[in-house]
Amino acid sequence: MGFESITDFLAMGGHGLYVWLSYAIALVVVVLNLMAPLRTKKQIHKEQARRLRREQSQI
Amino acid sequence: MADKKWMPRWFYQLASPRWCYDITGKLLPLFAWAAALLLLGGTAWALAFAPADYQQGNSFRIIYIHVPSAILAQSCYMLMAIAGAVGLIWKMKVADMVAKCCAPIGASIAVLALATGAIWGKPTWGAWWVWDARLTSMLILLFLYFGVMALNSAIENQTTAAQSTAVLSLVGLVNIPIIKYSVEWWNTLHQPATFTLTERPAMPFEMWMPLLIMVLGFYCFFAVTVMLRLRNEIVTRERRSGWVKDLIQTQFR
Repeated sequence: MGFESITDFLAMGGHGLYVWLSYAIALVVVVLNLMAPLRTKKQIHKEQARRLRREQSQI
Repeated sequence: MADKKWMPRWFYQLASPRWCYDITGKLLPLFAWAAALLLLGGTAWALAFAPADYQQGNSFRIIYIHVPSAILAQSCYMLMAIAGAVGLIWKMKVADMVAKCCAPIGASIAVLALATGAIWGKPTWGAWWVWDARLTSMLILLFLYFGVMALNSAIENQTTAAQSTAVLSLVGLVNIPIIKYSVEWWNTLHQPATFTLTERPAMPFEMWMPLLIMVLGFYCFFAVTVMLRLRNEIVTRERRSGWVKDLIQTQFR
């Protein structure tokens, strides 16, 4: 472990803001890249299920 | 002789949307686990256990996000251009879909590389941004992604849209070697490549090993998000076919 204490770890030798901001942006980018397609998937499946029901009720 | 097959069998299987949907369904959990383990382990190692740089101190830990995202942003562009070319040459629909899925992911990763670069630049160079060859060519990469996305959504017909974006991304491919060699061709503030195939890294093992883990983790994460988008694209475009109808009916009652 390269740090003495947890405050030391958070401070990052005075560069805490830069380091943590970078990792936070990375987390946001990763999460958004997973959320976006999963949300689209839900939408597509809902839409297609509705379309199928409509088609079947017409027959 | 017209149907002579001179590419390996998997190449033709790849052309089948259904086969692609099935295989990505099997690969997704593998890559998701690999990405989660590599990224979590890599981040812990990078933040807590890797030694601080003797000149830059702890701000150097930004490298573990910056370098993987910069590498991935370029790899993603190359995949997009190659998939576009395959789509142009073999008229392969799945390749067109892959190319389309790459653009928004690549754009977000390029933003990440630029943002972390700026944040790292502030304590290291004293400036958020300089109009340096490496930074400028990376910004052009981001604009190329935006251009591809805009062009793709501007054309109604899917085939025409795929063809035009493929041509645009192939032309933009010239930017990739410019990014790579920008640190050698021009005087620059940016440091040269961390990893090369021919030489040992200039850093100690405890510094480059977590970096390698993060790069692999980013690639696995990229595979996951591309496959998620690709599966959506396949279901949307193949919605009239029997197997997608069956899929919808069995999954959503």
